[in-house]
Amino acid sequence: MSLYGRRRRRAQLYFGLCYLSVAIGLGWLALILGTLIFEGSRNLSASIFTQMTPPPGSGGGLLNAVAGSAIMTTLGMAIGTPLGLLAGTYLAEYGQHSKLSSVIRFINDILLSAPSIVVGLFIYEVIVVRMGHFSAIAGAAALAVIVIPIVVRTTEDMLLLVPGSLREAASALGLPRVTIIRKIAYRAARAGLITGALLAVARISGETAPLLFTVLNNQFFSINLNGPMASLPAVIFQFALSPYKEWQQLAWTGALIITAAVLALSIAARALHGKGQPR
Amino acid sequence: MNALSSAPRQRENGAAAGPLPDAAAPAAKQRASGALPPKVKILVRNLSFYYGETLALKNINVALYANKVTAFIGPSGCGKSTLLRVLNRMYDLYPNQRAEGEVILEGENILRSGQDVNLLRARVGMVFQKPTPFPMSIRDNVAFAVGLYEKLPKAVLAERVEEALVQAALWDEVKEKLGAPGLSLSGGQQQRLCIARAVALRPDVILLDEPCSALDPISTAKIEETIDELKENYTIAIVTHNMQQAARVSDHTAFMYLGEIVEFGATTQIFTAPEKERTQNYITGRFG
Repeated sequence: MSLYGRRRRRAQLYFGLCYLSVAIGLGWLALILGTLIFEGSRNLSASIFTQMTPPPGSGGGLLNAVAGSAIMTTLGMAIGTPLGLLAGTYLAEYGQHSKLSSVIRFINDILLSAPSIVVGLFIYEVIVVRMGHFSAIAGAAALAVIVIPIVVRTTEDMLLLVPGSLREAASALGLPRVTIIRKIAYRAARAGLITGALLAVARISGETAPLLFTVLNNQFFSINLNGPMASLPAVIFQFALSPYKEWQQLAWTGALIITAAVLALSIAARALHGKGQPR
Repeated sequence: MNALSSAPRQRENGAAAGPLPDAAAPAAKQRASGALPPKVKILVRNLSFYYGETLALKNINVALYANKVTAFIGPSGCGKSTLLRVLNRMYDLYPNQRAEGEVILEGENILRSGQDVNLLRARVGMVFQKPTPFPMSIRDNVAFAVGLYEKLPKAVLAERVEEALVQAALWDEVKEKLGAPGLSLSGGQQQRLCIARAVALRPDVILLDEPCSALDPISTAKIEETIDELKENYTIAIVTHNMQQAARVSDHTAFMYLGEIVEFGATTQIFTAPEKERTQNYITGRFG
């Protein structure tokens, strides 16, 4: 066989393998998403968002779980984002080359990939045990611990993308450092910073393990931050494993709601990121 | 005391520190040409500069005259930009860099430790090689720093913005779209926006660090016209690789080589009758 023919065959074989891998990878994903949409939407109605999780054997909705997830995600972001933002700012703007920053950066990377169940256990020991009961505050704290390393990382990366010449130019106008960071560097990196925060929301809105250890769950609607609260992941976990048909149905619907929310956030993050790349 | 241009020469002849130029020094030379003696705005005395352990500027003595344009020319790495960055203490941003000697701006040594560097930089503006508009509107680009130093009513601030844009020869091109992002302008316009931004603070001195090296010839011509108009109100120092540009825009020229000022004098003299062979070689393109 000619050299050309051999090379062509090899190339075709390689292409074939690549396509096959893509098909397998995306196929499963499509299958999962398809099942989710199929099973989840069967039960989708207004009552999902107006009624509480039911006792076994009767109909109901997911209002308390959706509300609980929204409250704890918001609270977790409210605690975690400012801390992460400031820490990331320190790493990028003040302590770029200091020993302390390399230590922080290293620990942050470990935190970033730490299993969330470890975070849940940690908060359980530190907050739940001391308070003597499960609470939404503990849950929010656990989520915040997951948020911080994500935001630290994206903040540092995005600020480092802001060209030094921009900071020099601002310094040359006699602007104080704080002003340069707040009014110019943040602004130049804004799209990236928001993307980081949205990614953090997407990540924590699906977390189950840290919530099981900290807020437990609640059959009823509650906005008492000092007590157990329902959340979508915890409800899905409980209902999906139950033998009751209605509960399993609700678990599917809950899973669909989370997936749709995370998908929407990711698309929003992507759109924002594409629009205003730091330059 | 000798005329200023002789100071570097004397140093080369072996004197540890040549006679310091002072405000009166250039008077003799100027009187000869019949003009009024120009006022010295910035006087650099015995300035040495270090990047870590590396000596980048060696005992520099030079003066910037008020309402004149002083050009710094020389091959890459000769210390032109470094010298400029000392004049507004930009080097302070980096921990390993330090300067020794004196830089006297209207009687005050700006290198002394008590100097408020932010205030100094508001008085000694700087424009860089690459245009660096802030990620905000054209109007805010100009008004931003002003607003931090002076609490002005909106109308006054708007006048200030217009005034600065007019001086930077950009007003006619942007007056209809002051709200548009600064980054939407062309490269040449962005650079003039940066000049306007510096001018808006009403500085004493404007430092231009190769302001045209990233621009096309037409934009360059516009910036050069701008420089010509700006010198009525400001003292200007320009670093340039382009010798024609130095000859066109400047009143005085300093030729630098390996961290030293080889020759300093009136631009016409430097370009037509340089005293040093090295200067002659450089301006005729024989090296560098």
